[in-house]
Amino acid sequence: MEQIPFFIFAAIAVLSAIGVISVKNAVHGAFYLMITLLQVAAIFILLRSPFLAAVQVFIYVGAVMVLFLFAVMVLDIGKEELRETFNQQGVIAIPAVLVMLALIGYMIIGGKVLAPAGNLTDDVLIGNSTEVLGKELYTKYLFPFEVVSILLLIALVGAIVLVMKDRKR
Amino acid sequence: MLTLTHFLILSFLLFSIGVAGVLLRRNIIIILMSLELIFNSANIALAAFSYFLKGLNGMVFVVFNITVAAAEVAIGLAILVAVYRNRKTVNVDELGDMKG
Amino acid sequence: MPSALNALNLNFSTIWPEIILTAVAIIILVLDFFVKKENKSILGYLSVLGLLAVIPVAAMTVDPAPSFGGMVRADGFSAFFNVIFLISAVFTVLISMDYMEKMNIQRGEYYYLTLFATLGMMVMASANDFVNLYVGLETMAISFYVLVAIRVDNRKSVEGALKYFVLGALSSGILLYGIAFAYGFSGTTSLTGIASIGSRLSSQSPFLLLALALIIVGFGFKIAAFPFHSWSPDAYEGAPVPVAGFLSVGSKAAAFAVFVRVFVAAFPAFHGHWVDLLWILSAATMVYGSVVAISQKNIVRMLAYSSIAHAGVMLMGLLVYNDIGSAGILYYLLVYTFMNLGAFAVITMFIRKDGRGSDLSDYRGLAAARPLWAFFLALFLLSLAGIPPTGGFTAKFFILAAAINARYYWLAAIGVLSTVIALFFYAKVIFYMYMNERADAEDLPVMGATYSVVLILTAIGTVITGVYPAPFMDIALKVIKPFFM
Repeated sequence: MEQIPFFIFAAIAVLSAIGVISVKNAVHGAFYLMITLLQVAAIFILLRSPFLAAVQVFIYVGAVMVLFLFAVMVLDIGKEELRETFNQQGVIAIPAVLVMLALIGYMIIGGKVLAPAGNLTDDVLIGNSTEVLGKELYTKYLFPFEVVSILLLIALVGAIVLVMKDRKR
Repeated sequence: MLTLTHFLILSFLLFSIGVAGVLLRRNIIIILMSLELIFNSANIALAAFSYFLKGLNGMVFVVFNITVAAAEVAIGLAILVAVYRNRKTVNVDELGDMKG
Repeated sequence: MPSALNALNLNFSTIWPEIILTAVAIIILVLDFFVKKENKSILGYLSVLGLLAVIPVAAMTVDPAPSFGGMVRADGFSAFFNVIFLISAVFTVLISMDYMEKMNIQRGEYYYLTLFATLGMMVMASANDFVNLYVGLETMAISFYVLVAIRVDNRKSVEGALKYFVLGALSSGILLYGIAFAYGFSGTTSLTGIASIGSRLSSQSPFLLLALALIIVGFGFKIAAFPFHSWSPDAYEGAPVPVAGFLSVGSKAAAFAVFVRVFVAAFPAFHGHWVDLLWILSAATMVYGSVVAISQKNIVRMLAYSSIAHAGVMLMGLLVYNDIGSAGILYYLLVYTFMNLGAFAVITMFIRKDGRGSDLSDYRGLAAARPLWAFFLALFLLSLAGIPPTGGFTAKFFILAAAINARYYWLAAIGVLSTVIALFFYAKVIFYMYMNERADAEDLPVMGATYSVVLILTAIGTVITGVYPAPFMDIALKVIKPFFM
């Protein structure tokens, strides 16, 4: 039953992801990326994680994409002409990456997961995974949660440091 | 019936597209967007594993990832603005002061 | 639910170093608003005091029972690394204050971002869960992105930062994908959990091999192993010189801390699978770093490639997979902290605002003009080259001996060969300093008090580890022992 929506979402996600990396205009790329991110949110719903879907929409589609569009507009680089040749930076790493990708593809399609089941029952996941998730965040994951709050502070300060012009100069 | 493999293949496709974008494109904004694709592919894999293993760790990890990725985008775009102010370009091949 | 809380073991005594460091950093963040631009070095001195206060706390925080829901494991291993991070942060901040004034970048953010980077490293070293590990890694990385780009008006600085950012974020993404598969394989993100499940399940699981390969690539970027090194010379050259030193020592030490913990503690059952991959990585990194360093004209770039070669040697210590090899990495990183930051201290002192002092040719005749500087730089370079009686020699010796003991003869031979090649470029700088006349002896800067402190301490560290390595090696062996039980 869920297969049809899955394939629709997956196809749109992959096609617009290809759009992201093949367009010339960065504004178009941003919109393609937004479509992909929305499909990912839909995939999260298929995985019975409404909280993740909501976070995905709020943070990625809401905040991150606005940042991207803002940067594209402010810097006025949307229509920049691009000579599409090879990116010199990655040349050395490309063979390694190709081997790795081939390996991953081969393993995913041919392999099986040998994992033991977790300790949660189906109804917990379907019923109120958000509640369980919240409890976990504030108990088991308390320490990384606090570290992430510092990380956000660093990002805040860092972005200001990098972008704000020195007042006295 | 949806299986884990469905989600993993989707995640793998997005991952490959993201890596290809980072390695092949030269517009840094597009490279940053490709990085977002990579993070999203990892998030799909984590959420899928989490669902099929009936565990929560993966979902919590996704919450952390989304937070960290947002912070990273902010810094990445800030560096981009600084670069743009200094050079008026966002094309990686024109960043050629340092060689060797 | 008190019993559930007890199971989480919210033992705050295991994270005191992190708590104190965060408090210091936030105090400096607040004080930054009240300190005038000319007096920003006050914040530097406060950071040094704070870091010095954390060192004894970090050294004493040893409580191997996993705490905070299994996220944190503050064992001897993490204490050892935390002390290395804090020492390198102290040296970095000490040599930064004059540099910032000299380069006219008096920003208070610099000091607390250095502290936050150190915090990220400490979180990494004591991480017992991939969630914690990743969050610590990103805390460190994001602080470093900003630190590298802090000279926002300088093209090289922001350009290096951008390359560092793109490749750093790519490596984080690859690492994350690998972690996802490790989780999918084992059903847990906890390192100890993976270790206990891994030994039960078939070691042939393709998913786990995939996870291992991706995690190696992710970490390979962070330690700047060939072929994932391309960000490091640019980032080092663009960054403020003290940041480059901190990046080469602190960030490398942190990456090795998680490398050792993940591979030795979490995936011991799969040693046979990752060892071949690391063999190639180690050999290629050693040779590439040494060979490319020879043709470098800029001393910071030369040290960046030298740092790549050193990472290759340390990888050798990891892949021999025994207590001596792994303890060798810890010891090597301790020695590397002294000798590399010592070398960076001399360069920081010597470099001028107009960029003079960054080319190798600028070091011509330094011995005649400033004999003491030349002596210190020569000492650190000889140590980096691995000449006895310096720490660099004993460190290389321990790792090579471990490799030979474990019958990795070819790899050890490549290690010796790369050391011989490396001798060329280290000797070249020494030759420039001692065998040439100097034209502009009069306009050299003077050695400030902070530099003298750093140079004397790093020189003492370099020499003591060279002539009397036993106590340090004993500590390293003691903290690594539990991993091989």
